[in-house]
Amino acid sequence: MTSSTDVSAVPADEPLDQAQITREIEEIAATARPGEAQPLLDYPPYRSSLLRHPTKALCPADPEAAELVAPVFGHSDVAPVEADLTIQGTGDPIGERMVVTGQVLDGEGRPVRGQLVEIWQANAAGRYMHKRDQHPAPLDPHFAGTGRCLTDDEGRYRFVTVKPGPYPWRNHHNAWRPAHIHFSLFGTDFTERLVTQMYFPGDPLFPLDPIYQSITDPRARDRLLATYDHGLSEHEWQLGYRWDIVLTGNTSTPMERADA
Amino acid sequence: MPDLEPTPGQTVGPFFGFALPYPGDSRLVPPGSAGAIRLHGTVYDGAGGPIPDALVEIRQADASGVVPRVEGSIARDGVFTGWGRAATDPGGRYVFTTIEPGPERDGEAAFFAVTVFARGLLDRLSTRAYLPSPALDADPFLAGLPEDRRATLVAVRDDGGLRFDIHLQGDEETVFLSYPPRS
Repeated sequence: MTSSTDVSAVPADEPLDQAQITREIEEIAATARPGEAQPLLDYPPYRSSLLRHPTKALCPADPEAAELVAPVFGHSDVAPVEADLTIQGTGDPIGERMVVTGQVLDGEGRPVRGQLVEIWQANAAGRYMHKRDQHPAPLDPHFAGTGRCLTDDEGRYRFVTVKPGPYPWRNHHNAWRPAHIHFSLFGTDFTERLVTQMYFPGDPLFPLDPIYQSITDPRARDRLLATYDHGLSEHEWQLGYRWDIVLTGNTSTPMERADA
Repeated sequence: MPDLEPTPGQTVGPFFGFALPYPGDSRLVPPGSAGAIRLHGTVYDGAGGPIPDALVEIRQADASGVVPRVEGSIARDGVFTGWGRAATDPGGRYVFTTIEPGPERDGEAAFFAVTVFARGLLDRLSTRAYLPSPALDADPFLAGLPEDRRATLVAVRDDGGLRFDIHLQGDEETVFLSYPPRS
């Protein structure tokens, strides 16, 4: 194959189906460089990426000045209640109540302390509290789906929420995203800034999803999976998931697909 | 402790708009305060179209070249924190109200560190918006770039501010940066 999977193979008047997208995902996986730690930015199965990825190699730079210092957040910025997404309405949200917690570490395993973590997600029915989400699933008046917290002295974050549902999107006909929670993270250096998505183990949608599969190395993909942790579950109350995050500031290299 | 493998990035997606923006996110200083300028621009795709669902963040020094390490970027109660966030509008435009960063040492080039997120962009991109200045000619990083691409990293002075357009792709594609692993 060429560096751009041929996205014009399907006539415009025929709906683009999952089989075509899966074929493209598999073709790229077969030629991908082993050990690529980050998503490919040039990843045609995710159609929205076609005009939104750089085509030139990233330029190596030694971090200087403001790049060396992450922004600082504190208790004037974030209130403890913002970490509980189940108490933002006047009643309990519908869904599977869960706690998600883990440690934010740098590449040497040092905890990232006192740093801002932001999350957002769909409700249990797979609907976002966003005007552009037109999925005909119910909104939940008791669930906004946004949270913030600061990591503690061991780099730990902790949110209480409900498990998000999978939802359809318009990448292709009958396209569905695996259930996920969006995470926004800051490290110690500004270059360690990360926005990513946490997934749940065993989701049958994984092989079909071009966003998840844009990380071509299976071990790297697995690092986005939370682990069910029965020790975090609470008797007659909620289930527990653990997900640790490592911020190294490494960036993918858009021109270095094995066949490019 | 052995080196740990990084957690991969993923796209910010289409629905960050109800979660990441907050009141005052793009106002690092109050509009009209001493030294306040607008740092603004448009984020473009490879066809030259504006990107209405992008998010731009900046990190910068103060006028004397010192990068603040103080909280308050969400509270915005009058402290200059040197960090801000701006979502693009339907025309792909972002606007910050801030001050011009000073260089770390006199005579050096000064820049805003810029991070870009968007639906369709699978991982964040990093770049720099340099202040236009004669110091740019002596900057070793800029000197190492192909001449025809250098200008993509330099903001343009305009009425009351600095314009810094960002092209994710295309003839005017912005220079995006990678950083070596931290030691």
